[in-house]
Amino acid sequence: MLGSLTLLLLCQLLGEVAVRATALPLPGPVVGMALLFVGLALRGEIPPALAETAGALLRNLSLLFVPAGVGVMLHLSLIGREWLPIAAALIGSAVITVAVTALVLQGASRLLRRAEHSAADSGPRPGPED
Amino acid sequence: MAGIEEPFWRIWVYLAETPLLGLTVTLSAYLAGDWLYRRAGLNPLANPVLIAVILLVGLLLVTGTDYPTYFEGAQFVHFLLGPATVALAVPLYRQFRAVKREALPLLLALLCGSLTAAGSAVAIAWALGASLETLLSLAPKSVTTPVAMGIAEQIGGLPSLTAVLVILTGIAGAVLAPHTLNLLRIRDWKARGFALGVTAHGIGTARALQIDEVAGAFSGLAMGLNALATAALLPLLIRLLF
Repeated sequence: MLGSLTLLLLCQLLGEVAVRATALPLPGPVVGMALLFVGLALRGEIPPALAETAGALLRNLSLLFVPAGVGVMLHLSLIGREWLPIAAALIGSAVITVAVTALVLQGASRLLRRAEHSAADSGPRPGPED
Repeated sequence: MAGIEEPFWRIWVYLAETPLLGLTVTLSAYLAGDWLYRRAGLNPLANPVLIAVILLVGLLLVTGTDYPTYFEGAQFVHFLLGPATVALAVPLYRQFRAVKREALPLLLALLCGSLTAAGSAVAIAWALGASLETLLSLAPKSVTTPVAMGIAEQIGGLPSLTAVLVILTGIAGAVLAPHTLNLLRIRDWKARGFALGVTAHGIGTARALQIDEVAGAFSGLAMGLNALATAALLPLLIRLLF
């Protein structure tokens, strides 16, 4: 538990350093996630203690957004003035973005699968007419 | 009246100055939200983050406590967002082979989703007469908070307003995505998770993780990639438009 928590913090710290050193347009924790991913890929397995700590954090991920959400009180007057465009934009955009992303992914993934199938059918096998 | 309320008030003022109170009310409000969410049969509308935020804003307004005082305590919860983001590498690694197989479709969906998120929000708000300040703060709203705030600053929005819009987007996405995906008959957990992550960053990922491990992994991946894509594309796009 303590060791894996330290590992997570260490990855985050390395991520922050990398972001500062290279002016990457990314937050340190996202780079830290990439670093941990590379580490796991090199090791070839997930240590049980890390799986347990990561699971505990991720099961309560929603809670961690509450403090930032309460910041809404700083902008109550602006939101009160422009509530209609803001609400419509957030709701409309959420529905449209979910739909576009899922449909593109599903469509492209089907196309890819079909291309692989036809490549497997015609490509590498030497046909009788060759 | 003052005779009874005075001591309580003094205790409140004292406690409000220490991190203990902010931390305790945050956890209590979230537990209350989570309890209601379960009581409502996991109905997406009873989103625990939304309930907790409403309870806490109400409490702070009623007691006249300002946000920085509250955040003194709540920052300990907020801080854990960093290690939790790093921890997303674990479910992602479990899906490594699926991600590799689908790399090209994922990249295409990411680009379309990233542009749609910013474009549709700005277009709708502009059509309904939002101010320029709001439009620019709205553009990066589908990206995880720290990156979104950085982008907002770069393009001339209000970073603190963006932080709030990011959270509200996350809640809207978590609430609306399941219905939308069901209507479109998208049953593949990879596509469902990825769409949720592009739209609703970490809050969407939190919701996806509660439903399905594969959806959670693809949602976390989408969150990270969308931060990268939006940070790279949005400032360029804004420069072209304005």
